[in-house]
Amino acid sequence: MSTTGSDGSKPHGSAGSGDAHGHGHHPFQAHHWHSMRQQYEAGKLGMWLFLATEVLLFGGLFCAYFIYRHNRPELFEYGHHALDKIMGTVNTVVLLVSSLTMALGVRFAQVGDKKKLRAMLALTFLCGCGFMGIKYFEYKAKIEHGYLLGSKFDYHEVIEHEAHASGDTAGHAATPAVGESATHAVDPAAPHGEAAVFVPANVPAYVPAEKSAFIEPPRGPSGLAPDAGSVPHDPAHGGAAHVEPNLLPGDGRPRDAHIFFSIYFMMTGLHGIHVLIGMAVLGWLFVISRDGRFGPKYYTPVEVGGLYWHLVDLIWIYLFPLLYLI
Amino acid sequence: MSHSDPAHADSGHAHDHGHAHAHDHGHGAHGGDVHAHPVPAKILVGILMMLFLLTFITVAVSYVDLGKANLFVAMAVASVKAAIVALFFMHLFWDKPFNGLIIVSAFFFLGIFIGLALLDTKEYQHELIPMFEKEGQIQQQLDRPPG
Repeated sequence: MSTTGSDGSKPHGSAGSGDAHGHGHHPFQAHHWHSMRQQYEAGKLGMWLFLATEVLLFGGLFCAYFIYRHNRPELFEYGHHALDKIMGTVNTVVLLVSSLTMALGVRFAQVGDKKKLRAMLALTFLCGCGFMGIKYFEYKAKIEHGYLLGSKFDYHEVIEHEAHASGDTAGHAATPAVGESATHAVDPAAPHGEAAVFVPANVPAYVPAEKSAFIEPPRGPSGLAPDAGSVPHDPAHGGAAHVEPNLLPGDGRPRDAHIFFSIYFMMTGLHGIHVLIGMAVLGWLFVISRDGRFGPKYYTPVEVGGLYWHLVDLIWIYLFPLLYLI
Repeated sequence: MSHSDPAHADSGHAHDHGHAHAHDHGHGAHGGDVHAHPVPAKILVGILMMLFLLTFITVAVSYVDLGKANLFVAMAVASVKAAIVALFFMHLFWDKPFNGLIIVSAFFFLGIFIGLALLDTKEYQHELIPMFEKEGQIQQQLDRPPG
C-alpha cells in the first residue's frame, strides 16, 4: 500500500540518479528496494500479512457468533426473520460483481490498458456505493422496527414500531395494551427471580412459568382486544406480523433477542466500515491513476488494493449465509 | 513465478500495449522486473458465474429445512466460494505459495481459536440461563404455523 509513498510525486528518475547500478530506476521504485520486483513482492507479502490480521479481527466476531448460536439457537432462528433475504442476496451479487470488476482492473493494469483500468476502478467504486446504499435501507428498516442492539432492544418498542411500520390494526390495538396492562401482569405471587433481572423494569411480561418466551400481556378490559373481523383470533396478534415479510414473528418471542441484533449490527457494521475503507482506497487509486502510472511494470497499489477489496467480499461470503439464510 | 499462466495461452496479449517487457527476464542488471501475470478476462468472468451459481445454491438450500445440516451446507458452500475468490480473484493459484500459506494459517489459527472457545459451550448454561431447558418449548412455538 505504501510502496508508492513519497516516490509517487517525485519527478521521473530522481530516485535512481545516485544509484550505483548505472541505469535509471523506475520512477516508482523506492530507493531501498533492490528492484521493482522485490518491491512488488514485498508489498504483496505485507498485504497478505495484513489480510491475515483482518481474518483474525473478524474472527473474534465470528467466534462470538458461533458461541451464541450454539447456546441460544432459537435467537438466531427467530431473529433472522427480520433480515431481508432478497436484499442480502442482491448485496451478495453486487459484491461479487465488484470483485470481478476489481480483478479485471488488476488485469488491465497488468496489460497496460490505462483507460479500462480506470473504468474498472470506477465501476468497482460504484458497486461499493450500491452495496452501502442497500445496507442503508436495511439498517433503516431495522431501526424503524426497533430491531436495535443491546439494551436498545425493547419488545414494547418493537411491538409499537412493528405496528406503525405495517399499519396493522391489531398492532395498534395492542400497543396501548402493553403499557396499560403492564402493572396487571406483575403477579406479586409469582417469583420473578432471574427472569426479571434481564429485562427493563417496565417489562413484566416474562412469566417465570414460561420464562423463555415473551408472553403478550393480556388485553385490558377497555375493549382493546382486536375485533374478530380484522384479525384472526390468536393469542399474540401475530397474524399480520407473520404475513409481513422481514418482521419478527409475533409468536413466541424469545428472551434476549437483542443478542442476535447485536451480533448482526457488529458484524455487518465492521464489514460495512471495511467496504467504506475499500471505497476510499479505490477512489485514491482512481485519482492517482490519472497520470497513467500503472502498467505492466508497476501496478502494486492496484493489486494490493484489489486484494483488500476481495477480502471484504470474502468476508461477506461468510456473513451472508450465517446471518440471512439460517 | 514460474507457474502455469493462462495469460500466455490466449487473450493475455490481446490488450498488449506496454506488455512487451513484462516477461523480459534479462532487463536490468538483476532481472528485477515485475512479471505481470494477467488472468484472461474469460476466466475471471467464468469465476464470477461459478460464484453466482454457488450463491444460488446456498440461497436455495436455505429454503429447505435440513436441521443442523443447514449450517454445514451453508459453511461448506461459503468456503468453496471463499476458496475460489482467494485462488483466482486474488491470484493465489498463480502466486507464490508462501502468500497462500499466510492466509491459510490465519484461518487455521482462527479454527483453533473458535474450536477451543466452543469446547465448553452449553456446559454452564443450565446455571447461567435458568430458562435454558425451556428451549424446546420455544422451538415448538416457533414451529407453530402462523395465525
